[in-house]
Amino acid sequence: MPGLPDSALDVAAGLRRVGYLPGDSTALVAFLATRLGKPVLVEGPAGVGKTELAKALAAYLGRELVRLQCYEGLDEAKALYEWNYRKQLLRIQAEADGTGWDRVQDDIFGEEFLLPRPLMTAIASEEPVVLLIDEIDKTDQEFEAMLLEVLSDFQISIPELGRVDSRTHPVVLLTSNNSRELTEALKRRCLYLWLDYPSLEHELEIVRLHAPELPQAVALRLVEIIGMVRELDLKKPPSIAESIDWARTLLLLGVEEIDADVFTETLSVIVKHRTDLDIVTERVGLKLPRAEVLAGAAESDVRSPDA
Amino acid sequence: MSAPQTPRGRPAPRPATGAVPGGFAGQLLAFGEELRLEGVAVGTSALLDAVAALEAIEWTSQRDFRDALAATLPKRQDERRVFEVVFDRFFFRAAAAAALREDVHEQDGGAGADREGDGPDLDLEELRRQIAEAIQAQQEGQMRDLARLAIAAFGQRGQGSGVVGVDVQRIRRSLGLQAEPQTDLPPDDPRRDGIPRDGLRRFEALLRRELERAQIERNRSLPPSRPLNELDRALPSGPLQDLAAVHRVVAVLRRRLATQGMQARGHRHHAHVDVRRTMRASLQTGGVPVVLKYRPRRPRRPEIYVLCDVSTSVTSASVFFLSVLHALHDSFRKMRSFVFIERISEVTDIFATERNFRTVSERIGKDAGVADVSGYTDYGRVWSEFRALVEDDLHPRATVIVLGDARTNGRDPRADIFAGIAAKAGRTFWLNPEPRLYWNYGDSVIAAYERYCTAFECWTTRQLEDFVRALTQPGLAPPATR
Repeated sequence: MPGLPDSALDVAAGLRRVGYLPGDSTALVAFLATRLGKPVLVEGPAGVGKTELAKALAAYLGRELVRLQCYEGLDEAKALYEWNYRKQLLRIQAEADGTGWDRVQDDIFGEEFLLPRPLMTAIASEEPVVLLIDEIDKTDQEFEAMLLEVLSDFQISIPELGRVDSRTHPVVLLTSNNSRELTEALKRRCLYLWLDYPSLEHELEIVRLHAPELPQAVALRLVEIIGMVRELDLKKPPSIAESIDWARTLLLLGVEEIDADVFTETLSVIVKHRTDLDIVTERVGLKLPRAEVLAGAAESDVRSPDA
Repeated sequence: MSAPQTPRGRPAPRPATGAVPGGFAGQLLAFGEELRLEGVAVGTSALLDAVAALEAIEWTSQRDFRDALAATLPKRQDERRVFEVVFDRFFFRAAAAAALREDVHEQDGGAGADREGDGPDLDLEELRRQIAEAIQAQQEGQMRDLARLAIAAFGQRGQGSGVVGVDVQRIRRSLGLQAEPQTDLPPDDPRRDGIPRDGLRRFEALLRRELERAQIERNRSLPPSRPLNELDRALPSGPLQDLAAVHRVVAVLRRRLATQGMQARGHRHHAHVDVRRTMRASLQTGGVPVVLKYRPRRPRRPEIYVLCDVSTSVTSASVFFLSVLHALHDSFRKMRSFVFIERISEVTDIFATERNFRTVSERIGKDAGVADVSGYTDYGRVWSEFRALVEDDLHPRATVIVLGDARTNGRDPRADIFAGIAAKAGRTFWLNPEPRLYWNYGDSVIAAYERYCTAFECWTTRQLEDFVRALTQPGLAPPATR
């Protein structure tokens, strides 16, 4: 298990090794997170690899990933801890006769009866972990307030038991799709990382990493088209995961060149809305060469790998 | 040199040419102060984080340095944009100030718009080619060198106007750099297919930077720093001059709306017993459920209907109104927005899919389809259409907010329909962007509507705050307060 990285370059190289190609600032912020021990708030459009970053970081640091998926109505019992009241009840009944109340009371509020939930697991773990709090913007503000104690001091107060301090220092990532403004108090405690759609070269690299058999020319064309599609005013622009899916689809179909027909047939891999489909077919599909035209001009259109 | 005054009336953080006390930490604090002046809330803890972050990295790359600060100081995407601009400006000025202090200046020609005739003869045509190529290849260092060459060549021809912004555009034009394809150029010319727009913008920024540097060197002093407002300048200004101030109030509004209604929680009892929590509580009484625990109820968010006038008589105010709408949409799931001129058009979807305020306003301008034939508001028609659209959904828990100047252009105000709407809805508010003095003069018929709703004048941010207070203090949630 590698220790903490020494520089941002280490992090970048490490993340690459586990199959995640970070942008420059991504690696730097990840490095700072391990160094300063501060949580990182990762914001950006859906599907730019926010959650993947956490997974890759866990794989790189050789740590377990503890994930807390947030949703509306998430409460402490599901995020922090809960008393295993069935077990407590059994204990009370089993010892009902002859045991002093004090002893039972001491017993039933011990760690034995605690059901740790993700945050508790992350805090109490013997080995350092990576804690991912996914889609924090989906919860309500009370929950955010509750997180503050965990995030700034890495401790949890349990009224019956006292304070649980973290034994090791987890690396914490919070992701947000920006569907709601987070509180200043939470933001203040975090480093901030904005992940945007990658640049053309960067995405090409990602696609090549995940679909290495795809010919270079096709891969280049693919990311160019994805870029064009993202420019459009869509309900949901294609994410990186979808460009990878598309690359794999094309690979499966053995496509040599993306022409209008191939594009229309495989469009549903990258565009998932009825209205978006229409817009994309109209605006991008028509720009692509038709198959028969292409046959004549195939040589001239193939780009060199370094173009 | 005395401290230059910023237009907002606050003193600039430090005399720009003087050395900042406290060494590097002092510089960083000054930088934080400058960010604060631009409206980025930089807390002390953020600055401490920044220092800690800078300790953890090597200072060999400007990019890393900037990214480390960017990870700790700004906490939002729009703040991040401001940060980038301020970063460039601050450290450029700091470097220029240090150069002045140490009396460092360039030995030979180069960036100097006023040096005429000296320096090597430059082949302008060749220069054009190289610049276009460098922009297309996105080579920052090369672009910077070429920008200096271009300024030198430009200076030789004696066309400098002395105003940086004007010179930048003149140089760009004389170099024939445009984003549009230029088909009349030979096919191997890199400019033929047009220059990428961001590349062009970056080159212009470099030109500007070099020209400013030359100017500072010439005048031997720094020009007073200007607060940047290009972020706001893109939006039309009006009675609410300072849109940044509006955004601040809107942020407060957003927070208040998001947290309000919490007080009401817990005061009312309701019937749903939470079995799990009751069992859990019963452990403290030996398994006998003495204390019943109720399932916590989410505060019932009210349903809000907002009607926003976007006609020409309220052009400037409607930008402000739209940003209020935008903020409201963050806080309420059950909210429907309408814009109207002659007719009404629902824009809820646009707000639901777009996060960026500017795209929202563009899209509303483009495809809201409010049937703007005459550009004159027809309130009577708007009411009847609105009633037809939402009549079945209106109920006493609903709040209707109208943003408009109540100028009917002589048409029938149809206050009776409005009264019907107001009667069905729980609460009705009217925000009027005109000062109360002008109400009911000319074709303003606010009095006719004011009988059925609470009207607020709202043309300064302070008044908006007053409205927010009125809106949130009784709490929107309980209809019983009415």
